[in-house]
Amino acid sequence: HLRKVKKQKVLLMGKSGSGKSSMRSIIFSNYLARDTRRLGATIDIDLSHVKFLGNLTLNLWDCGGQEAFMENYLSQQRAHVFSNVGVLIYVFDIESRDVERDLATYVNIISALVQYSREAKLFVLIHKMDLIQPLTREDVFDNRVAVIRRKTAEAISIVRKLQHHPSSPAAAGQGLPDLDIDMQMFATSIWDQSLYKAWASIIHDLVPNLGVIETQLASLGVAIDADEILLFERTSFLVVSKWTSKEGDRNPYGDRFERMSNILKSWKHTCSKFTGTPRNAEQFSDFEYKMGANFSMFVTKFTTNTYILVCMPPGEARFNSAKLNVAAARPWFKFLDGPVIAPAAQ
Amino acid sequence: VPDPATTPQIKGKPRLLLMGQRRSGKSSISSVVFHKLPPSETLFLESTARIQKDSLNSFMDIQVWDFPGQIDIFDNPNFTFDMDAIFGEIGALIWVIDAQDDYLEAVARLNSTILHLQRGYPHINIEVFIHKVDGLSDDYKLDIQRDVTIRIQDELSDQGVENAPVNFHLTSIYNHSIFEAFSKVIQKLIPRLGQLEAMLTNLCRTCRFEKAYLFDVNTKIYIATDSTPEDMASYEICSDYVDVIIDFTEVYGSWPRSPQWRARLEQPPWNQSLEDQVACEWAESGLVLSDAQRPIMLREVDRFLALVAIMKEGSYDKMPQINMNVDVVVKGLTEFFDITKPKEGGRVQQQKILQPGKGR
Ligand SMILES: Nc1nc2c(ncn2[C@@H]2O[C@H](COP(=O)(O)OP(=O)(O)OP(=O)(O)O)[C@@H](O)[C@H]2O)c(=O)[nH]1
Ligand SMILES: Nc1nc2c(ncn2[C@@H]2O[C@H](COP(=O)(O)OP(=O)(O)O)[C@@H](O)[C@H]2O)c(=O)[nH]1
Ligand SMILES: [Mg+2]
Repeated sequence: HLRKVKKQKVLLMGKSGSGKSSMRSIIFSNYLARDTRRLGATIDIDLSHVKFLGNLTLNLWDCGGQEAFMENYLSQQRAHVFSNVGVLIYVFDIESRDVERDLATYVNIISALVQYSREAKLFVLIHKMDLIQPLTREDVFDNRVAVIRRKTAEAISIVRKLQHHPSSPAAAGQGLPDLDIDMQMFATSIWDQSLYKAWASIIHDLVPNLGVIETQLASLGVAIDADEILLFERTSFLVVSKWTSKEGDRNPYGDRFERMSNILKSWKHTCSKFTGTPRNAEQFSDFEYKMGANFSMFVTKFTTNTYILVCMPPGEARFNSAKLNVAAARPWFKFLDGPVIAPAAQ
Repeated sequence: VPDPATTPQIKGKPRLLLMGQRRSGKSSISSVVFHKLPPSETLFLESTARIQKDSLNSFMDIQVWDFPGQIDIFDNPNFTFDMDAIFGEIGALIWVIDAQDDYLEAVARLNSTILHLQRGYPHINIEVFIHKVDGLSDDYKLDIQRDVTIRIQDELSDQGVENAPVNFHLTSIYNHSIFEAFSKVIQKLIPRLGQLEAMLTNLCRTCRFEKAYLFDVNTKIYIATDSTPEDMASYEICSDYVDVIIDFTEVYGSWPRSPQWRARLEQPPWNQSLEDQVACEWAESGLVLSDAQRPIMLREVDRFLALVAIMKEGSYDKMPQINMNVDVVVKGLTEFFDITKPKEGGRVQQQKILQPGKGR
């Protein structure tokens, strides 16, 4: 079956200055964290179309967060903004002084979302966590999560009441679907890898043919005797998919996926500074590391839109054959590069 | 082979003293350079009232003493400092000046410190870090450096002091400049540095490398480079390379694999221990830049040191031959440091640095 490019409407909302445009610029436009200080406040809505792999386009609506704009989204532009939303990313600035007001706005936004796009996924990012003392970060986050869950439930019950209202046509039907919402929360900062964890989760569910990718990564992993394989999108360096062997599962570093994204992305910046080529250009094609009799790994340009990282047991012969096999496996993943016929599925 | 008897040796452990006004950034500097604290987290550092002494786990036994800004060691009403204990074994005095603040008082105190030292300890290198220059324009940085230099030289010559060993560095913890500055400071303390540089220069010639650095892996300080001109861009990419390798090592190489894993890998068809299956027992790495296909390589030398080199275009094909040359130089470097290092009670077992628990 022919797969068209899948388009997803992604709303990015939250108070002005909370860090929405900063995150977007770092993940998709190769900004460095410190470059974001130059960003001005977003006026109304900044629309961008981000091509992710060959077959997914994110229509990113970066919604300026100043109060007047927010009111406008909720009133005049309500249907326009909140219809057909695939994902809403709501950003809270952890240092914000006026938490009550932020939460009130949040409730209004969630109500509008649930009203117009009941199926949308919701991601709440508690942002600028770097400004909180490292020792208290976890507590601060947990407290905020509890409050936001309560507020989300509140927003949903508002919509439910509206729908039960006698004058509302929806009330006629019996057994209204439970208005629960698919929601995930993350603590983030542009100054560390937490940003990559959150955004990898956001894009993860949007990638078409994910099942196929996972199956094929697993076959490749077994074939070359790897302990771990990560597949990165080439511009953002977000992890698209991963496979880990039983032994690899014993790795105590649970944050290693976002850590690798962060490391490789900043390595790309380093290279671009050295070569003088643009940051979004391809910077390196092959990176090998053999740590004696401990382990070996390589990070290689894979398909047009991806890089692959392979971590494996040591051994010269094993390493060379793994590299050949990875090169040979490229055609299996060709579908990542464009809206072409998906491989005979699973 | 060098004759160790004829080469100057530093007595005991060289010591770096960090001094300057309060809040000038001394503790931040030592936390970032020697303890890998992310620069943004220095905002949470508390001001210390005591002298902080650190011993560096490094290729040389180096001590770093961080002096609280409010202590004036030369003119202290409550306490007389034992000057010999402080300056007797010193390697260098690093004076930190906050370039984003009014620095007149800092410069005045630095002047009086230099004059004191000139009397008793004239050989001590004085390294002035004009610090927090991130966010300042290049022109402005140079203006400040010029201004500070003139204020110090004028004062010194007024007092009849000429040719004091004072050097200036523009630094910030938010980029490589602080590591570069420390590299320069430490290189002056290495005995037979010239010989080390000659080895690297030779390597560059035989392997057609553009630039080669010998890094102290823990601190990202480079302790020697070849004789081609200084090049900040090469230093930055090589230093970041070391960082990436340390991260890879921590994530994938710092935890023990299971016995079953090893057993399976050593059984048929391999029939060899893992150690025999690898070509090089030390950490080694290579990367190809997309631009002009320039490779970069890294090779672990001993538990503290790694060689990092940028190659010329198209040398990737000659890797086997390059590796042989690198092997020879690595062996030479190992011998060099075996001789330089004072042996404390028997040979210390050579141990790899790129191993467990080396966080960033
Ligand atoms: N400390 C810290 N600052 C951040 C972080 N993320 C963003 N910032 C800073 O916050 C400021 C505002 O960021 P923007 O991305 O422009 O905010 P915005 O949400 O797009 O604001 P509007 O467009 O007005 O809605 C910038 O100066 C960023 O550098 C973070 O994680 N930590
Ligand atoms: N912008 C900038 N700030 C720095 C730099 N180095 C240190 N700081 C800040 O200066 C402040 C004082 O630093 P601290 O190390 O406590 O100073 P000390 O009293 O000399 O030890 C801290 O808030 C640091 O974050 C730098 O290179 N650039
Ligand atoms: Mg914005």
